[in-house]
Amino acid sequence: MSALEPAVELARGLWVTFKSMFEKPVTIQYPEEKREVRKRFRGRHELHRYENGLEKCIGCSLCAAACPADAIFVEASENTDEKRFSPGERYASTYEINMLRCIYCGYCEDACPTEAITLGDNYELSYYDRRSAIYTKDMLLDPVPATAMLTPQKTEEGVFTRSVPEMENPKD
Amino acid sequence: MITDWTLWLEWFIKAAVLIFALLGGFAYLTYYERRALARMQTRVGPNRAGPFGLFQPIADAVKLIFKEELTPAKAYKFVFFLAPIITVVPSIVIAAVVPFGRSVNLFGREVNLYLANINVGVLYFMAIAAIAVYGIVLAGWASNSKYAMLGGLRSTAQMISYELSLGISLIPVILLGNSMSMVDIVEKQNGLWFVFLQPVGAVIFWIATLAEVNRAPFDMPEAEQELTAGYHAEYSGMKFALFFMAEYQKMIVICAVTAVFFFGGYLGPGVDRYPLLGPVYMFIKIFVLLFGMIWVRATWPRFRYDRLMTFGWKALVPLSLAIVFITATGILLAEQTNNPMWMWSIPVASVVAGLVPVVTIYQALRRLSYERA
Amino acid sequence: MTLDLALFLLLALIAIASALGMLISRNTVYSALYLVLNFVTVAVFYLLLSAPFIAMVQITVYAGAIMVLFLFVIMLLGAEGLPKSEVLPWQKPLAIGLSVLLFAEAAYLLVTKSRPVGNVLPPAEAVNATENLQQLGIALFRDYLLPFEVVSILLLVAMVGAIVLTKKERKARQ
Repeated sequence: MSALEPAVELARGLWVTFKSMFEKPVTIQYPEEKREVRKRFRGRHELHRYENGLEKCIGCSLCAAACPADAIFVEASENTDEKRFSPGERYASTYEINMLRCIYCGYCEDACPTEAITLGDNYELSYYDRRSAIYTKDMLLDPVPATAMLTPQKTEEGVFTRSVPEMENPKD
Repeated sequence: MITDWTLWLEWFIKAAVLIFALLGGFAYLTYYERRALARMQTRVGPNRAGPFGLFQPIADAVKLIFKEELTPAKAYKFVFFLAPIITVVPSIVIAAVVPFGRSVNLFGREVNLYLANINVGVLYFMAIAAIAVYGIVLAGWASNSKYAMLGGLRSTAQMISYELSLGISLIPVILLGNSMSMVDIVEKQNGLWFVFLQPVGAVIFWIATLAEVNRAPFDMPEAEQELTAGYHAEYSGMKFALFFMAEYQKMIVICAVTAVFFFGGYLGPGVDRYPLLGPVYMFIKIFVLLFGMIWVRATWPRFRYDRLMTFGWKALVPLSLAIVFITATGILLAEQTNNPMWMWSIPVASVVAGLVPVVTIYQALRRLSYERA
Repeated sequence: MTLDLALFLLLALIAIASALGMLISRNTVYSALYLVLNFVTVAVFYLLLSAPFIAMVQITVYAGAIMVLFLFVIMLLGAEGLPKSEVLPWQKPLAIGLSVLLFAEAAYLLVTKSRPVGNVLPPAEAVNATENLQQLGIALFRDYLLPFEVVSILLLVAMVGAIVLTKKERKARQ
């Protein structure tokens, strides 16, 4: 019987493909049905806020310095208590990321002293031209929490003097 | 004179129906293949354009029509232009002799459900299949590109080699049918399909036709990995689509011919009463046979080229010659002894003969693996 | 009858033109293609003479197999372009002389030996009968059995010769 092996093996191969016809397809119907990304997935950047609505970003440009692809551009301006965007002296008046340059390495995340920037879940980045590949601060910034106010806020004097908040756990 | 005129009209309509059926069949065969292949790979396949993706072929056609057509600067322009035409015409013309049914009464006149019943139908099929090689060779040569050239040469060698066993494996059918007319061959299978009398012949014919239409596992001429698509590497747009069309139409036609030769053509239960069932049976048989081709493509890997040639010349050709001899002997025995039971010696002896190459291949493979070890 | 004649003239024109094209063309591949066209035209002639079997065999064997092999060899050797210079200086005069001789011979035979058309042409109906193939087979295997076998042995010899010439001697395995 072993002499018939070539024929038998060919037939076995056919049986395998035939069987798999009746298995459930693994296809995910993408636009309608999306797969959850992994916990540590690095997608589009997000700029975060404090609970009171102030931006975490203080415009220090450390992310831009850390970026190996030179994708981030930050321009800082002075905060006043009349028009306060973030705690401390300065805030990012311009914050742009060129998504065509970004390599999603996450170094900006590491460099940020205030944990203002993280790489989120959104991977659906597509654009019709190069200009729209540059994501500005409005596009990256988180929405304001329901209980808080929009920036710029008018704040009391002497409250938000520190740019970098005190850590709850120094090991972080 | 009026009958003459209506006869021409009938021919014209039948030819038009046949051509449009083939064109539509080509479009939906691509869809069928993609869906079936996808299911075998536990995917879904094209399901976006229209309900169940049924408009996918139309979308493909529109895309191909609007694609830019390039002619390489150093191509032989005229032959480059001619090659797709030479490829596509035979694939349509073969269908002229395929019977799709008996005659039916339509609009008060007897209409035969075939275009031509010529008494050398089998030879006609062989002749046109032989002509079809030119398109591929010329495409490979006229492109003036090394990959295309190699693809063209490979397919020439392959098609000539397998055409031989293709032709020889048809001789048992001619012997059993006692005719070269396809209609006669189908009618002879009333009650018993030739696949039961000559199973090995059917298998050889099947393998040879796979090689003839350059389908997997014999798709060496268009191996993407090594030849970047082979003979049609330099073609784009509608010219490429013509090659594609030729391949798929040849698949359809060859499945139809296989059905005619080995699977009783348009015969089936109730076809005597309702002759219009004939095309339906043909369609079902073609559909099933096409599934076989797709199934094989989904399963088996490509041949290595030297083994392909060895297999063709050293296994298929001798085996097909052997089954010709066996069939002739069986028919002779049945005639001489007046005992039709002798006919059953044909399949038995053929299967025994068919086992010989299988065992030989097994031993050769064993020897190879010993040498490597 | 007039339709047949018109067809014949048209085909003859194509056949002669393709034969000339084959001779004149400087590109061997084009020459081969002209020859294929010529073969196909001849096959259609056979069809006109109610000999479909010969016609189909003509296409299958000559146009289908042999010419493809020719093309294969031409392409494999890359011999598309012929050299401009004459290789054999005496070739042209000799060819002209021989063809003149051939034409003279043919003309002589035509003038002296030709008979009325009706006697020479076989009745088309008899040939075209459905038993055409059987008749051919019987003629081949009964009346012309010896020549048939001789031809097959000749082909076999040619085949064996080709294999012997091309096969390299296998070195003895250590």
